[in-house]
Amino acid sequence: MTSPVATVPGRSAADPSGTPGPVPRLRTPRHRHSADKPRRSVLLTALTSLVLLYSLVPLVWLAISATKTQEGLSRSAGLWFDGDFALWDNIAETFTYDDGVFTRWLLNTLLYVGLGAGGATFLAVLGGYALAKFDFPGRRAVFAVVIGAVAVPGTALAVPTFLMFSEMGLTNTPWAVIVPSLISPFGLYLMWVFATEAIPTELMEAARIDGAGEVRTFFRVALPLLAPGIVTVLLFTMVATWNNYFLPLVMLKDPDWYPLTLGLNSWNQQAATAGGEPVFNLVVTGSLLTILPLIAAFLLLQRYWQSGLAAGSVKE
Amino acid sequence: MTTLQPPAAAEPRPAPPPVRRDRRSWTGWGFLGPFVAVFALVFLAPIAYSVYLSLFRDQLIGGTTFVGLDNYAEALKDEQFWASLGRVSLFLAVQVPIMLGIALLVALALDSGRLYGRDFFRISVFLPYAVPAVVATLMWGFMYGTRFGLVGDINSALGVSLPDPLSPDLVLASIGNIVTWEFVGYNMLIFYSALRVVPHSLYEAAQIDGAGQIRVITAIKLPAIRGALVIATVFSIIGSFQLFNEPSILQPLARNAITTDYTPNYYTYALSFNGQQHNYSATVAIVMGLITMVIAYVVQLRGMRKGV
Repeated sequence: MTSPVATVPGRSAADPSGTPGPVPRLRTPRHRHSADKPRRSVLLTALTSLVLLYSLVPLVWLAISATKTQEGLSRSAGLWFDGDFALWDNIAETFTYDDGVFTRWLLNTLLYVGLGAGGATFLAVLGGYALAKFDFPGRRAVFAVVIGAVAVPGTALAVPTFLMFSEMGLTNTPWAVIVPSLISPFGLYLMWVFATEAIPTELMEAARIDGAGEVRTFFRVALPLLAPGIVTVLLFTMVATWNNYFLPLVMLKDPDWYPLTLGLNSWNQQAATAGGEPVFNLVVTGSLLTILPLIAAFLLLQRYWQSGLAAGSVKE
Repeated sequence: MTTLQPPAAAEPRPAPPPVRRDRRSWTGWGFLGPFVAVFALVFLAPIAYSVYLSLFRDQLIGGTTFVGLDNYAEALKDEQFWASLGRVSLFLAVQVPIMLGIALLVALALDSGRLYGRDFFRISVFLPYAVPAVVATLMWGFMYGTRFGLVGDINSALGVSLPDPLSPDLVLASIGNIVTWEFVGYNMLIFYSALRVVPHSLYEAAQIDGAGQIRVITAIKLPAIRGALVIATVFSIIGSFQLFNEPSILQPLARNAITTDYTPNYYTYALSFNGQQHNYSATVAIVMGLITMVIAYVVQLRGMRKGV
C-alpha cells in the first residue's frame, strides 16, 4: 500500500518514506548539529510531562476504578487499587445487568457507526473525487455552501431536524441517528485534497481510452489510490458517530435504541431517580469498555490519521 | 465562511502540471449528487424549516399564527438568552486561550526535537480525543467529588478542604477543565502537523544569522503555522458557543449550579423539549447561529490579515 504521507500536499517531496517525524532528521545524516539534531533536554521533557500526566491520569483513574466494587469505589483512594479486584465481575455484570441491555447498546452503536460512518465516508469519497477531478456547473457553489455549513451550530439544527423527522415518522428509529451522520463536511474536504494529489488525471484518461466507463474508472483506478485517505476519513467519522450524544438524545426515546453514550448516562442518572439502584461500578466499567475500541483503533492506525490531520492543517 | 481553500490554491509544489479536465460536463454530479442530496436533507432543509418556524407562534388561543419578526424581538430582549451567551463568552475568553496555549507549547516542544520519547508524548496527549464527551464528563464528575472523588482524596490526604468544583462559583471552570482535557491533544496535533511542514532551510538560515530558539519560534514557526492557529481558534469558538454535552451531563451532580438555561444550546434544547416552545426555540437557535458565524468570520479575517 502506498504510504499515506506521500500523497499529502506539501509532504510528498520531503517525506517519501512515510515515517513519522521531521524528515531531514531521519532521512539525511547530515551533521549540521544544532539545527537538525538538537540536544535532548531533561527540563523540557519534565515540563511537557505535566501535560502528559494531565492527559493520562484520568484514564488511569478510569482503568483502576473499573477494578472496584460499588463499595470499593467510595471506600478506597481513587488512584490506587481497592482490596477486592473486581474487574472481571464488573465486566460480567456490565454485560448481564438489566437483561444484557449493555450488549444491545453496543450493537446499536456498531450499527450507527457502521452505517453512519461507513456511509459518510462513502459519500465523502464520491464527492471529493467529483470536486477534485471533474469540472461541472455549480462546483464552486457547492463547496462554498458545504464549508459555510460547518459554522452552523450542529445543535441549532437538532430541533428543526427532530421536528422534520418526527413528521416523517423517523424519530425513535435508527434512521434518525444514521441519516444525519451521513454528512461529514470535513471528510469531503479531506477527500478533495487527497483525490487532487493522489489520482493522476492521465491515468483516468488512459482508462477511458481503454474503454472503461466512469463507474469502472472510479472503482478500478481511483479507489485504490485513495485508500489511505479513506482510512483517515473513516477513522474520524467513526469517532464522531461512536461519541455522538446530542443527536441520539434528541431523536431517541426508547432505551432499546440507545447507543452506548446515552445508555451510560442513563445508568449514571439512575441513582438519582426515586427507587433507582446506583450502579456506579457498572458506569465506570462500561465507560472503560466504551473507549477501548477507539483507543485501540487510534493506536493501530496512527500513521493514517496523522497524515490526514497534516493534510488538513497545511492549508493557509 | 471559508476557512479552507481549494487545494489548488495552496499547492506548495512549484508549477503543478495543469489539470486537464474534461470539458465542462455534468458527469461530476453523478459522483457528488448523493452527498448533495443528503446534505440538503439534513442541513439545508432544517435551516429553512427553522427560519419558517421562527416566523410563527403557537398560542393557546388562536393556534399557530404568523408573527413576522416578533420572536426575534423577544429573543433580543430575553435576559435568559443574554445571560447564557455571556456565560459561554466568558468561557470562550478564558478556556480557549488556555487550551490553545497549552496545545501550542506542547507542539513546539515536540517539534523542537529536544524531548525524550517524542512519539509517546504525541500519542498520549492525543488519546483523550478518542474519549466520548459523555465518558469524559462522567469520569471528571466522579473525580470532582469532594467526598469520594480525587478531590476528596486530596482533602483527606492533606487535611485540607478544597472548595467544591461543582459549586456555582467553580462549575464553569470545572467544565472548562473537562473541555480542555478533551481537546488539548487534538489542537496540539494540528499545530504539530503544521510545524512539521515548515521547510528546514528556514531554520538553517536563521541559525546562520545567529537567531536563538525563541527568535526562531516567534519569527519563523509561529508565522508559518498562522493558518493552523486561525483554524483552531475558529473551531474552538464554534465549539464554545455550542457548549451543551458537558453541562447537561454534569447537571444532575450540580443541580444548583447548572440551570437549564446555562448555555444557549442548553436553553434552546430545554425550550423545545421541556417547554414545547418550538417556534421560539428555533428563533434562539438562529440568532445564536448568526452570532457564531459572524464572530467566526471576523476572527478568521483578522487572523489571516494580521501578524500573530
